[in-house]
Amino acid sequence: MRTKQKDNPTLQLKPEVSAKTAVWRHHHVLDVDDFTSEEIETVFNTTRAMKEVLSRPIKRVPTLRGKTMVNLFYEPSTRTRLSFELAAKYLSADVVNLNASVSSVAKGESLVDTLGTLQALGADIIVMRHPHSGAPYIAARYTEARIVNAGDGWHAHPTQALLDLYTIHEHKHKPSLKGLKTVIIGDIMHSRVARSNMWGLTTMGIEVTLCCPPTLLPIGLGPMGLGNKQLPPVNIEPNIELALDKADIVMTLRLQRERQKSGLLPSIREYIQLYQLTEARLARAKPDALVLHPGPVNEGIEISPAVAHGKQSVINEQVSNGVAVRMALLYLLSGSQKQ
Amino acid sequence: MSKKVIMTEEDIKRTLARIAHEIIERNELLKELILVGVHTRGVPLAKRLAADIENFSGVKTPVDTLDISLYRDDLSSLDLKPVVKLTDITATVDGKSIVLVDDVLYTGRSIRAAMDALIDLGRPKSIQLAVLVDRGHRELPIRADYVGKNIPSSRHEEIKVNLKETDGIDEVAIVSMSTAKEGQ
Repeated sequence: MRTKQKDNPTLQLKPEVSAKTAVWRHHHVLDVDDFTSEEIETVFNTTRAMKEVLSRPIKRVPTLRGKTMVNLFYEPSTRTRLSFELAAKYLSADVVNLNASVSSVAKGESLVDTLGTLQALGADIIVMRHPHSGAPYIAARYTEARIVNAGDGWHAHPTQALLDLYTIHEHKHKPSLKGLKTVIIGDIMHSRVARSNMWGLTTMGIEVTLCCPPTLLPIGLGPMGLGNKQLPPVNIEPNIELALDKADIVMTLRLQRERQKSGLLPSIREYIQLYQLTEARLARAKPDALVLHPGPVNEGIEISPAVAHGKQSVINEQVSNGVAVRMALLYLLSGSQKQ
Repeated sequence: MSKKVIMTEEDIKRTLARIAHEIIERNELLKELILVGVHTRGVPLAKRLAADIENFSGVKTPVDTLDISLYRDDLSSLDLKPVVKLTDITATVDGKSIVLVDDVLYTGRSIRAAMDALIDLGRPKSIQLAVLVDRGHRELPIRADYVGKNIPSSRHEEIKVNLKETDGIDEVAIVSMSTAKEGQ
């Protein structure tokens, strides 16, 4: 039986899990590999409410009044940083942007020292992008603030995965996400987006097939995680035509040209020949298949302009859903108590 | 440590009918009226009131829903976050008379949050408040325009409003805290 709790101050001291409280136990958002499907549903439901706020003429609610969010970016970013900044502002938080290349980091300050400074200055939430995999995990150990991973090395980009999942959810949750077939095409090896998405998609019961040149496939991935429970179970199909057969969702990744100098690809032209998502190739997927791309898009390389701007593309929806998903995460993280 | 039923299904029905009459009486321009149910149990109550108002006056009043989670004043002290439900205000609230509908009026903090949420959406002509139960212990200068039943209660007691739409049964009961925990 449910009880009237919301106005009862005594009960609030010992909140109990009920229909009134969200299923959520994270102090930080570091990756989606430790999310349950119920927690991802919580993110979906909260995001839906945030989209209503975004549809208002005055997009602002007082939820995070008095909280300070710091964008700590050690790598360049436009859309992720802007998206977090807008999300925080729509929730009435104060936002400070710290670009590592023009701060005391450039003078040699260590990550831990920078975090200590931010904490002393009163940061409640630190959104962090770092070129080294695992850096946000270290950050989480050395600060009282909540850490949101906005991308670490090749490892994880949880907010991108959750906004991709939400975009898929909006289009495909009826009748169910379970059993949908996703193909991720491109440079899987260097892609933190792909890694986080593999976790999120498989947690929601969505089938994942990776399609890429074998040189760009990380070691150890395969069906059932090749017996390793530390890895998500995925299929591997290097042939793009076969991989796309009857797919419900097609995710293309940016070919990170700055990371292709080590000879893993014979040439960009060959990659285009073998792996570009073209209209002809997309026709092998289901007619209502969605096309996603985390951006920024190299049109004419991993995806043809016609597909990127075509009817099945939800690339712009991904960007606008990104703000709502980040609002939802900031709301869910905004509590005061330590884990 | 016992549960005492204060209102039965029949009582709730009669009370809502009375409130519906009072709303009709006090609002000459029924067409300008919007009923706004506060999640969770305010929503089915608002729907029932709208059905009664239509029965008695022939005027169909729109029912919208409001979620106050994002407006609460205790968010930073809560460890578990309230579920944010969908606010669905279809028409503009500008110039409209709004009747907020909730199940229990207690500290008044929810209603403060609800009023802030409404005013963020526009400038209503007026906001009135209808509650099924007023249990006292106000912490803010807020009172209800339509009260189903005044139930003087101790802070150690809990008022449970159960509705068919959300709980499968229509009943208002007063329970002491220890029993309430066992009930969960």
